[in-house]
Amino acid sequence: MTRVGAVIVLLAVLAALLGPWVTPFDPSSQELALRLARPTVHHPFGLDELGRDILSRVLAGARISLIVGLTVVGISTLVGVLLGSIAGYFGGWVDDAISRSVDVLMAFPGILLAIALVAVLGPSLRNVVFALSVIGWVGYARLVRGQVLRAREFEFVQAARALGASTARILLRHVIPTTLPAVMVQATLGMAGAILAEAALSFLGLGVQPPTPSWGTMLNGGRLHLLDAPHLTIFPGAAIALLVLGFNFLGDGLRDVLDPKRNRTH
Amino acid sequence: MLRYLIRRLLLTIPVLLGVATLVFALIHFIPGDPAQAILGEGATQEEVAQLRARLGLDRPLLVQYGTFLRGAAHGDLGRSLRNGEPVTSQILLRMPATAQLALASMAVAILVALPLGIIAAVWKGTWIDHGAMTLSLVGISIPNFWLGPLMAIVFAVQLGWLPVGGRGTLAHLVLPSITLGAALAAILARMTRASLLEELGEPYVLAARAKGVSRTRAVLHHAFRNSLIPIVTILGLQFGVVLTGAVITETIFAWPGIGRLLIQSIGFRDYPTVQGCVLLIAVTYVGVNLITDLTYGFLDPRIRVDRP
Repeated sequence: MTRVGAVIVLLAVLAALLGPWVTPFDPSSQELALRLARPTVHHPFGLDELGRDILSRVLAGARISLIVGLTVVGISTLVGVLLGSIAGYFGGWVDDAISRSVDVLMAFPGILLAIALVAVLGPSLRNVVFALSVIGWVGYARLVRGQVLRAREFEFVQAARALGASTARILLRHVIPTTLPAVMVQATLGMAGAILAEAALSFLGLGVQPPTPSWGTMLNGGRLHLLDAPHLTIFPGAAIALLVLGFNFLGDGLRDVLDPKRNRTH
Repeated sequence: MLRYLIRRLLLTIPVLLGVATLVFALIHFIPGDPAQAILGEGATQEEVAQLRARLGLDRPLLVQYGTFLRGAAHGDLGRSLRNGEPVTSQILLRMPATAQLALASMAVAILVALPLGIIAAVWKGTWIDHGAMTLSLVGISIPNFWLGPLMAIVFAVQLGWLPVGGRGTLAHLVLPSITLGAALAAILARMTRASLLEELGEPYVLAARAKGVSRTRAVLHHAFRNSLIPIVTILGLQFGVVLTGAVITETIFAWPGIGRLLIQSIGFRDYPTVQGCVLLIAVTYVGVNLITDLTYGFLDPRIRVDRP
């Protein structure tokens, strides 16, 4: 299943990178006479409410999803690993302050806080990335804090401390690297979460705004045409599910490889 | 147990305070003047000043904060900007619908997940196990905002078996509860499998089998009963998935609950109602987590001792 996941993700990356060259039509060009046309050989996914080619828009949407996923996961990982390792390594009031902030942010289930933040900041791609990063880093911080609490007692870390290595060097060279396998698994699954969250916000009308081709926005547009043009809903949704499934397969496989204990028991 | 209970309750207070503070701060995250942003560019200076006074934005920040906290503690979340009604009564009016949907979706999740998880654990490593776990991963990956419309296309539009939206009869509950319960079922099935596998490896299961207890009885009466504690915990902790999912599911199926109220209020820039809905959902989530933690501590004495 890991390979299947890798292939799906690779295809999405290729679609995002080569999108402008491989899309059969301009994702924005409209053929109003053919609006809501069902799939044909010429337009395999059909046309939307403005007569735009859905296949081209799905391919272009891959770029938005991957950009949001990579940016949110990148920022969340960076902030989470940094704050989590500081909390775990220093302990005391620093740990208390960071851990209580994590507790408060984790008290908002799922993307609720992101919905609230985008509601006040206004719907845009930038605000979606910001809102998802605000809630995203806490998972990494909690994970890394736990790992660092264990790692700081390792003999090689204590040896480095005894040899007079600076705190920054100990953290960056010795402690943080021990947390990276777990962070890598979380980041892969986090890509799936971020892509789903962006699509959910866009579906609610709070994310990427039309005419930018985001999968969630396309699904939102399809809601009005469930009766007469279900293909508006079917194809963008399938793209989201497939890419999220790809990242979930990949994350699951990575976890089995990087955590042999879990692999043995389960 | 009493000490654990008191400590756990005390730990919840700063979290609730933090949640309330963040919800209070939301309105101040609005770029520029919140009153101007709510009323739009066409509003006169007088209208903006009136709204500022009505929202209390003309008072010092600390006074606003104190008023908000005191109001929240007394269940007073201000008045809706859309219809002037108290936010609390609007939320209370919609609470039964959300509770009904949440409970129905959890029932759906349990009914699907437990058999799936048990089958996967009993036939571990076989195609049945792989099939069940792949199915659960597919379930986690399918967004509810796609599953809902898809089911509406098939069961409401094409077959005409169920209503496409609204609330009233039991039939109205079917599609929203399956939509909302699917992801939870998928997560729960994986947890059931993992938890049951742990128990099946325990010596007491082997001892029961050695004494002649049938395989089914050993699994269901011995191992499964013990594996229920972590499963119940996960069910409690995953309540957040249900609460957030309700926001989307209620929007898809025009279900008149708190989630739909939240999204509608965002559309109308009715920020006091937005704040109220977000606060209530977060506090409910914290409360359910607290109850789950206390139940787990009650069922498993090691938890009360081990936790810092």
